Amino acid sequence: MDVSSHDVLLVGGGGAGLRAAIAVAELNPKLSIAVVSKVYPMRSHTVSAEGGAAAVIKAGDTLDDHAYDTISGGDWLTDQDAVEAFVKEAPVEMLQLEHWGCPWSREPDGHIAVRPFGGMKKERTWFAADKTGFHMLHALFQTSLKYGAITRYDEWFVSRLLQDDGRVQGVVAIDLMSGRIQAITAKAVILCTGGCGRVFPFTTNANIKNGDGMALAYRAGAPLKDMEFVQYHPTGLPFTGILITEASRAEGGFLLNKDGYRYLQDYDLGKPQPKPVLRSMELGPRDRLSQAFVKEHEKGRTIQGPYGPVVHLDLRHLGEKVINTKLPFVRELCLKYENIDPIKELIPVRPVVHYMMGGVHTDINGATPLRGLFAAGEVACVSINGANRLGSNSLTELLVFGTRAGKSAAAFALEHEAPNGHVIAQAEDEKRRLEEQFLRKTAGRESIASLRTEMQKTMEESAGIYRTGARLAEAAATLRKLQERFQDVAMSDHSRTFNTELTAALELSFMLDVAEAIVQCALNRTESRGSHQRTDFPKRDDGAFLAHSLALQGKDGTPQVQYLPVTITRWPPAERVYGK
Amino acid sequence: MAETITLEVSRYRPEQETEPTYQKYEVPVRKDWVVLDALNHIKDKIDTSLSYRWSCRMGVCGSCGMMVNNEPKLTCATFLSDYVPGPVRVEPLRNFPVVRDLVIAMTDFMDKLLRVKPWIIRDQEKPLSEGEYLQTPEELDAYKQFSMCINCMICYAACPVYGLDPHFVGPAAIALAQRYNRDSRDQGSQERLDILSQHDAIWGCTFVGECTKVCPKHVDPAGAIQQYKLEATKEWFKSFLLPWSAR
Amino acid sequence: MNQTPAYTTHHPRWYRTRISTYWWSRKWAYFRFIVRELSSIAVAYFVVLTLMQIHALRQGAEAYAAFEEWLRRPLLVTLNAISLFFLLYHAITWFNLAPKAIAARFRGKRIPDILITGSNYGAWLAISVGLVWLLSRG
Repeated sequence: MDVSSHDVLLVGGGGAGLRAAIAVAELNPKLSIAVVSKVYPMRSHTVSAEGGAAAVIKAGDTLDDHAYDTISGGDWLTDQDAVEAFVKEAPVEMLQLEHWGCPWSREPDGHIAVRPFGGMKKERTWFAADKTGFHMLHALFQTSLKYGAITRYDEWFVSRLLQDDGRVQGVVAIDLMSGRIQAITAKAVILCTGGCGRVFPFTTNANIKNGDGMALAYRAGAPLKDMEFVQYHPTGLPFTGILITEASRAEGGFLLNKDGYRYLQDYDLGKPQPKPVLRSMELGPRDRLSQAFVKEHEKGRTIQGPYGPVVHLDLRHLGEKVINTKLPFVRELCLKYENIDPIKELIPVRPVVHYMMGGVHTDINGATPLRGLFAAGEVACVSINGANRLGSNSLTELLVFGTRAGKSAAAFALEHEAPNGHVIAQAEDEKRRLEEQFLRKTAGRESIASLRTEMQKTMEESAGIYRTGARLAEAAATLRKLQERFQDVAMSDHSRTFNTELTAALELSFMLDVAEAIVQCALNRTESRGSHQRTDFPKRDDGAFLAHSLALQGKDGTPQVQYLPVTITRWPPAERVYGK
Repeated sequence: MAETITLEVSRYRPEQETEPTYQKYEVPVRKDWVVLDALNHIKDKIDTSLSYRWSCRMGVCGSCGMMVNNEPKLTCATFLSDYVPGPVRVEPLRNFPVVRDLVIAMTDFMDKLLRVKPWIIRDQEKPLSEGEYLQTPEELDAYKQFSMCINCMICYAACPVYGLDPHFVGPAAIALAQRYNRDSRDQGSQERLDILSQHDAIWGCTFVGECTKVCPKHVDPAGAIQQYKLEATKEWFKSFLLPWSAR
Repeated sequence: MNQTPAYTTHHPRWYRTRISTYWWSRKWAYFRFIVRELSSIAVAYFVVLTLMQIHALRQGAEAYAAFEEWLRRPLLVTLNAISLFFLLYHAITWFNLAPKAIAARFRGKRIPDILITGSNYGAWLAISVGLVWLLSRG
């Protein structure tokens, strides 16, 4: 078997992965770095983010303000020491990206401009028109090209982590171009594979967001944390799930029900004002807005569209000039994908799955409990997002924790010896598994697409915005059955060259593991907090549940849930209040 | 509205054949379906062995560029209903080697991007403690258009020069170079000029102009290249008329 | 024809499409481009013709009259008419494309293309009118 070796290996080449790779290269130019990504880095899902990235730079704003907004927005499930470090390092990281060429939008005098964003009491969201993620990713990718120490494995699909001697020592990956399966060993591995939105049917997430890193870590014995916290973005286009950025509400858009009424005022989010008010009405936190939608639907006040119930986003009163300068991408998306012009018409929107607050459990430095394994970005859960993430915190999170994980991994690599050769046997096993169970398989009756659709349907119905114990228990049973049926999956593509049926099957198997973890954690948390709402347990219960859920894969493959208390430093739990 | 439409999709399985063939599929037509949705329908329900690249489905990742009825397009932004009654021919992006079905090899393109040194080059870095480089909205405007490239390579598929001579650096790479040259924070114009004023770089371009026409993000690479030619010529004159001027 | 090595499990065989010699005829835009490039032959032709005209002029009135007679031959009239068409095509496509190469800015805003194209046409017209006036006087 071919083997390559490096000091630090990144799985995933998006915002977090590239930032971590650069951090390692900057720390010690002698370390050899591998970025292993199943797509070319500029295709990573960071590219789709629109709204902005938060960091304190304006006068009148303080780090404590940013921290408090984040902690209260997370419904007190955030680890406050991590949040304090995050808000402190945010401006430094964002400035570093500016120095690397990111085209942040500016004020007339040349300083960085900021805009208001949902859940933030002060204006601190940096933005690059309405394509912030795109510009950040391209700035990071193009900057990463400077470093000779970074070797990229573009379109290599990681199927398993290699472990020996209590340490993670590398990965097994498939070179999609040729079909070669080989081991890439490393002293430290950082997972930066993003979230798992594709577990649900309506999602803003790209096709590639299948929870790869979460499943890889879970199968290797690392715990997944806070998996039940799934963020719905209140304004996505129906059918495609394309995100209509929060910025459209920050610039002054209204959400209207079928009577043209700004219905959010009925849900404790303040009173309607003609101009947007921070943390009020349409700029309230995402989970509250998504929940309001479901309640409006129950009252029969949503509009019935061809793909289900929707409400309307009204931008008409903003005028052509504002829409074309501040929200050009929003207009382009509506015209190109729904044939609607926001200058003249109402946009149909509904809540869609957008972000996973949960992920691989890491400490404040990006290290998981497995030695040699680190994680950063959406795949990780530190946790700074708690039970509900504030918009514009996750792009900053990529930079801050990408750097932290990079530095920790580099330090680990410098202190430890190169991996021994024992993992090669594991790699051979994995190669055999892939060949026998997928590439050479001839029997099989289940279709990948129908198993996937059933999983998504189950998740939306039972683990969506509102959950009950009964539905969750049913979902857990359905998912177990789907896992069994997956063993009988039909594979018709036996080619080695760019086999996307193989990758689809492997991605489905990752998603099934992650879905089970989500459902089990949701079942065990008998309270409502942030984006996890139980109609059978509607109150927040700080007594029993001011703690993170940790899901570990049991011997039978099912998730076993334990709890880890939240770190509270300076902000004792209080009521989440908006609109005041 | 027609009920179904035929897609003629180029297939290439290197283990089995020496050149591509076409396979026909009947796909339902929906008002808001794009060609990519049709391909997904084929892969999910009809033929799971079809390989193609896609990711974001909203025209920003650049993965899904293919030839649709001989025109290079993003298949996520091309409505199926525009091709009724059909058939619609879907082929891999022109001017690139075909790896498998609709997947092309991108390694040459990635090398070209690297060649133009697409990062901020400065003699002296400003320390972070001094804050951001000031850049007015007008200065941002000077390069903004060229920064919108999603690396979809559709311009390379449309460029006959690249088709005839793969050594040509190509529209997207040169536009990216200009994006940095025009950025007020960058000081690397001379370095890039030395690289790009070669015969397979900007001078390889004969201003066919197709790249700008097909660009889904309106980057205008043809404009970038012609402007670059003018600047390169000015620099050349300056270099022997004013050899003593500081570079 | 490319010689690809024998296929092994890990060596991907890429298919390279050969560009047809008639690539320029397959697409209207490519065809127009080739015509535009070839129109420079018309420019060169008129340069040569003008040089011949000057040469004839220097040789005296008789030589010049013979030259004009030569120009009246049907073959030459036809040739000149066709070349004039291509010359105009050359000039028009040149002026229309000029704004692309000039990224001029005034007070921070990009000068609209129509202004650059327009001023080129305007200058062309002004010079032509001026020349005609000059020649018709003498």
